[in-house]
Amino acid sequence: MADRSTLLWLQAGSCGGCTMAVLECGARGWSAELNAVGIDLIWHPSVSLATGAEVIERLERIESGAEPLDILCLEGAVLCGPNGTGRFNRFAGTDRTMLDWVRALAPRAGTVVAVGSCAAFGGIPAGDPDPTDARGLQHTARGPGGVLGTDFRARSGMPVINVSGCAPHPGWIMETLEAVAAGLIGPGDLDALGRPRFFADHLAHHGCSRNEFYEFKASAERPSDRGCMMENLGCKATQAVGDCNQRSWNGGGTCTDGGYACVACTAPGFENIRGFLATPKIAGIPVGLPLDMPKAWFVALAALSKSATPKRVRDNARADRPVVPPGRGPGTR
Amino acid sequence: MTRTIVGPFNRVEGDLEVRLETGDGVVREARVTTPLYRGFEQILVGRAPADALVIAPRICGICSVSQSMAAVAALRALSGTVAAPNGVLAANIAHAAENIADHLTHFVVFFMPDFARPDYAGAAWHPAAAERFAAETGAASAEILPVRARLLHVMGLIAGKWPHSLAFQPGGTTRALDLGARMRLAGIWRDFRAAFERIVLGVPVEDFLAIETAGALAAYAEAGRADLPHFLRIAAATGCDRLGRGPGPLMSFGAYHGEDGALFAGGLTEPSDGWRPLDPDRIAEDLSHAWMQDGPALHPARGETRPDVDRPEGYSFAKAPRLDGRPVEVGAVARQAVDGQPLIRALLERDGATTVTTRILARMVETARLVLAVEGWVRALDLREAFCAPEAVRYGDGAGEGLVEAARGALGHWIAVRGERIQRYQIVAPTTWNFSPRDAAGRPGPLEQALVGTPVGDQPGRAVAVQHVVRSFDPCMVCTAH
Ligand code: SF4
Ligand code: SF4
Repeated sequence: MADRSTLLWLQAGSCGGCTMAVLECGARGWSAELNAVGIDLIWHPSVSLATGAEVIERLERIESGAEPLDILCLEGAVLCGPNGTGRFNRFAGTDRTMLDWVRALAPRAGTVVAVGSCAAFGGIPAGDPDPTDARGLQHTARGPGGVLGTDFRARSGMPVINVSGCAPHPGWIMETLEAVAAGLIGPGDLDALGRPRFFADHLAHHGCSRNEFYEFKASAERPSDRGCMMENLGCKATQAVGDCNQRSWNGGGTCTDGGYACVACTAPGFENIRGFLATPKIAGIPVGLPLDMPKAWFVALAALSKSATPKRVRDNARADRPVVPPGRGPGTR
Repeated sequence: MTRTIVGPFNRVEGDLEVRLETGDGVVREARVTTPLYRGFEQILVGRAPADALVIAPRICGICSVSQSMAAVAALRALSGTVAAPNGVLAANIAHAAENIADHLTHFVVFFMPDFARPDYAGAAWHPAAAERFAAETGAASAEILPVRARLLHVMGLIAGKWPHSLAFQPGGTTRALDLGARMRLAGIWRDFRAAFERIVLGVPVEDFLAIETAGALAAYAEAGRADLPHFLRIAAATGCDRLGRGPGPLMSFGAYHGEDGALFAGGLTEPSDGWRPLDPDRIAEDLSHAWMQDGPALHPARGETRPDVDRPEGYSFAKAPRLDGRPVEVGAVARQAVDGQPLIRALLERDGATTVTTRILARMVETARLVLAVEGWVRALDLREAFCAPEAVRYGDGAGEGLVEAARGALGHWIAVRGERIQRYQIVAPTTWNFSPRDAAGRPGPLEQALVGTPVGDQPGRAVAVQHVVRSFDPCMVCTAH
């Protein structure tokens, strides 16, 4: 177990939603949770007492190297506009932009964590026409790059850890911070986009309560239908990473359980999907197929499984509640 | 006169900077700066109308349901969709849960920690306040955060996830609750009521709502052992009931719309005067002191958003919304005053203005009223009926207006569609009203007015009274300029 770690959390072009999510952590509250896992929160814009000059003095000490920093969390996209000046996001109370602060502080940190898809890849602010030139720390919506550059490594040697998601699951954030503090996360624990593999090695589709409908291609047609939402309602969960359906959100929900499509919020560029709630198709076949499935197979299997769909599954797919219960009877084959 | 810049302001949502001109130990003039612009109105243009349901909530992680509800209302108006009654009830329940989570987080995590500051060391009440309300380590936040997390289980049931859910659609909500879910919902609500009565009110909700006069409130404050009476005693000792005066008018779009109208009526009121109807067509956004390209003050249905960081007179990314040319205050205190809630009305009439105390108190009054309303909504769900209207939603060319109330006040979305694409999308958020900059006539926004006269001692940058006034509005800067 490493010694206690210091954590500084800053918000750039964010909605504050990642903070709202992480505040759900801990049976005794987030502060107690951080304390219990050995993290000392130097400053967080939403929860700390220090304000104004006290904060700026502290940040300047970190910048100058007078005060060490173990973990820097950034929530929100780094806004580079207009014209590379970063002036769409000045850090209040200073005449400096957040772009400038981030570039100054990140090299001082033991580990840099991008919290949420904005800090990781640019997120919604980077949505077309990207009015503020929004970027992630080490990636952009369009590929590597980001404001710290592809080669950036924090003092620990780690690239930026991208806890993507919009908003990310509270557990993704907290478990990552805890692993960092405990010195248990290395480059091999991240995927190619810097996302922790403990959630990124899964697809959001895994464990969806609609998986039986998926297998039989029994599809929802309207919002609140119970069938699989991939064929008509835009569900991207077969292409989006996340263990969303294996752990629950807010005490028991998930996007697809809530009755609406996965919009692939963990992926770079998700903000530029056009028609989030409809499935683009060519000749009746969805354009976005499961990541590792050849198209011909998908088409053949879909045809086969559609022909074998039990009545229960077919009827329930187009209703907002089960209309045919499971069991042997007229409804079963 | 001395000039001071205060910022970063923490324990508010997003980035805020306040410039103070002070003299003789008080604030003479204030200018409020929103230093962050992300461009949601520009990002929404050109997309399919329904995509607003994904983009708009992401304006704000603290009130994403409110943003969803405004987008839904605008899309409903545009398409003529009629929502399933169950969907309206379920959305109202989720919206109430979000607003209550906001009110509680604001009270305990954002606002009260200032009373634990060393500035107050020596006051008789300070040791108890510090023990209870210190930022991060205080006993109150350790109690409230788990209550908040449990309350947000409402979102897991109704909305799938929070923040940023797609469950809120023009036709209703996308998950039909079954009997088990309804029972779970009732259980979450029972837990919430019990925690709220024990930790915050110290008395049953009904007894608290029976307090209708300043005298009865004083008696409650004296006797009570919970966090709200605790606050009221500190507020009396520190003069919060004379601090941060907002002269009005107060505005509400009306909250929790249902088949029988709104739970909290919309309209306009002065602190010392009665209700008037509100004409939303009289809203216009002034650009004269915003970092926006120059242009006339326009109604949001015709408004433009073209940022210009070099604008010489500009000092904020917020535009300055005005109603009939006047700045107005919005928020829980406005909502309760407009709805005629007796206690809030009595205090406003006594003080002739909103104050730090009434803004804080109104949030807890509202929470108490919502506890009862949600109990009724859960009972009213008809589990045999749909939660989402089965008809497909069609968006033709046209325009729609969505006027709702977020926790922090009046929230409006205005959409115009042409050729199946969003042609214009304008948003006026609660904090845009409250923290607006000056307008072309030089009239300051509500916070700018409320700060005038605030005592700052000889260190304006560290004056705790300024912190109380600013936080009493529960600003959300990420919504402000969006
Ligand atoms: S609804 Fe989406 S996540 Fe669920 S089974 Fe279908 S494709 Fe997978
Ligand atoms: S299911 Fe998809 S949209 Fe929902 S949280 Fe997971 S990755 Fe994001």
